[in-house]
Amino acid sequence: MEASKPPSDPAIRMTGIKKSFKGTEVLRGVDLVVPAGRKVTFIGPSGSGKSTLLRILMTLERPDGGAVEIGGEPVWTVRGGGGERPASAEHLHRIRRKVGMVFQHFHLFPHMTALGNVSAAPRMALGLSRADAEDRGRRLLDRVGLADKAGAYPAKLSGGQKQRVAIARALAMDPEIMLFDEVTSALDPELVGEAVNVLLELADEGRMTMLVVTHQMNFAQAIADEVHFLDDGRIIESGSPDRIFREPSEERTKKFLDSVLAYR
Amino acid sequence: MWRWDFFWSILPAILNGFVVTVHATLLSFAVALVIGLVFALARRSPRAALSRPARAVTDFVRGTPLLVQLYFLYYVLPLAGLKFPALTIGIFGLGLHYATYIAEIYRAGIDAVPRGQWEAAAALDLRPWYLWTRVILPQAIPPIIPALGNRLIALFKETPLLAAITVAEMLLVAREIGDEHFSYLEPYTAVGLFFLIASLVSSAGVTWLERKYGSVEAAI
Ligand SMILES: Nc1ncnc2c1ncn2[C@@H]1O[C@H](COP(=O)(O)OP(=O)(O)OP(=O)(O)O)[C@@H](O)[C@H]1O
Ligand SMILES: [Mg+2]
Repeated sequence: MEASKPPSDPAIRMTGIKKSFKGTEVLRGVDLVVPAGRKVTFIGPSGSGKSTLLRILMTLERPDGGAVEIGGEPVWTVRGGGGERPASAEHLHRIRRKVGMVFQHFHLFPHMTALGNVSAAPRMALGLSRADAEDRGRRLLDRVGLADKAGAYPAKLSGGQKQRVAIARALAMDPEIMLFDEVTSALDPELVGEAVNVLLELADEGRMTMLVVTHQMNFAQAIADEVHFLDDGRIIESGSPDRIFREPSEERTKKFLDSVLAYR
Repeated sequence: MWRWDFFWSILPAILNGFVVTVHATLLSFAVALVIGLVFALARRSPRAALSRPARAVTDFVRGTPLLVQLYFLYYVLPLAGLKFPALTIGIFGLGLHYATYIAEIYRAGIDAVPRGQWEAAAALDLRPWYLWTRVILPQAIPPIIPALGNRLIALFKETPLLAAITVAEMLLVAREIGDEHFSYLEPYTAVGLFFLIASLVSSAGVTWLERKYGSVEAAI
């Protein structure tokens, strides 16, 4: 939000990010720079820390070490007066608004209709009137192809429909950065196509920075400018999808790709 | 010896007591629902200044008999210059006591809301007020409604304790009639009948609630 910031600040900068759960180090020093507007995917074995990385960016987890900057602003501290102070709750709220997340299991609000889910944040976090929020909600549902399901409760929606409502709900905050955690893995194979299409359309619009965790290599290839391979809490290798998938330079990346590609 | 004419003649007076009983039950329950929610929220607050006193008060209230609490409020508050009608004190005392149990029921309901719901709300940057009133409580409360209903019945059955602080509920009315006519059989039978009928009706109500919302006795 600071007008004085040069436009060259990356959307995300993580340096030396560490995170442990109950004594187990899940992230062991992750460095990551994502320029604004870039589409990035993360691949890697189960337990390598992909979700944790996204959850840290969503501020659902606080790193034990290292620094996160979003849009050039430190997330957990505030610069000023020559030093750094711990961030206030208000500061965290402001950061949070720049970031949206779509969860693997969607986490739709079960007691609200599709429209209720999508217009909830505009009403409650952005302070729009009910009419304006629902207006925005309807436009977004329309955009993900669910205009006719506005009044349906999540229990009555298919997996693919829930997923698109979840995408619309995150978009309703108009975030600069969107995080997608394996948004296709809970779907039946025949539904993956439509979900992927929604994401690809979003990506084509270009403006938003998108970070996508996926197990589907063809999806990663289709959406990403850049692929990061994570293993054991570290980014092992990064590069264009073409390079990573065709000629990975690290043995571990090769092994992982062989295993998932053989699996399919 | 049972006398029907005596029985019929005292029913209106007992019925008046019954009305007081129901009135006290419902108001105490409302007090318990509100204070119970405050306790439940305060206890899970990350601020020790909130959670510690809430824990201390609930432990204290649960650790002492309701009758003692009623006596304490009735005889000690006036010494502190606080004068309230006996019924008001009774309603508050019963409500406070039951609030500690109801706080536990709320807790079970809140804990049963999946973590993903909290995270989704956080990702949408919902502030605490909306987080609680629009996301968490609307999901936490329906499953606990049958358990709350059972507490309401339990509370109802404890209202005779209010007689101890001179509230003219059913039991006190019956005792006064008995004292006056030297016959306790009919008045106390009438009291029993009223309680029985009310319990049967409210049990049927709870069964209906359980069918509607599913039973979560197991969660408590
Ligand atoms: N809140 C938590 N408490 C304890 N352990 C956790 C927590 N969150 C994650 N972990 C552990 O951290 C490790 C990394 O988890 P993470 O979810 O980031 O992996 P992932 O790469 O997303 O795996 P997957 O592909 O299976 O989703 C796992 O071993 C997981 O069990
Ligand atoms: Mg994961």
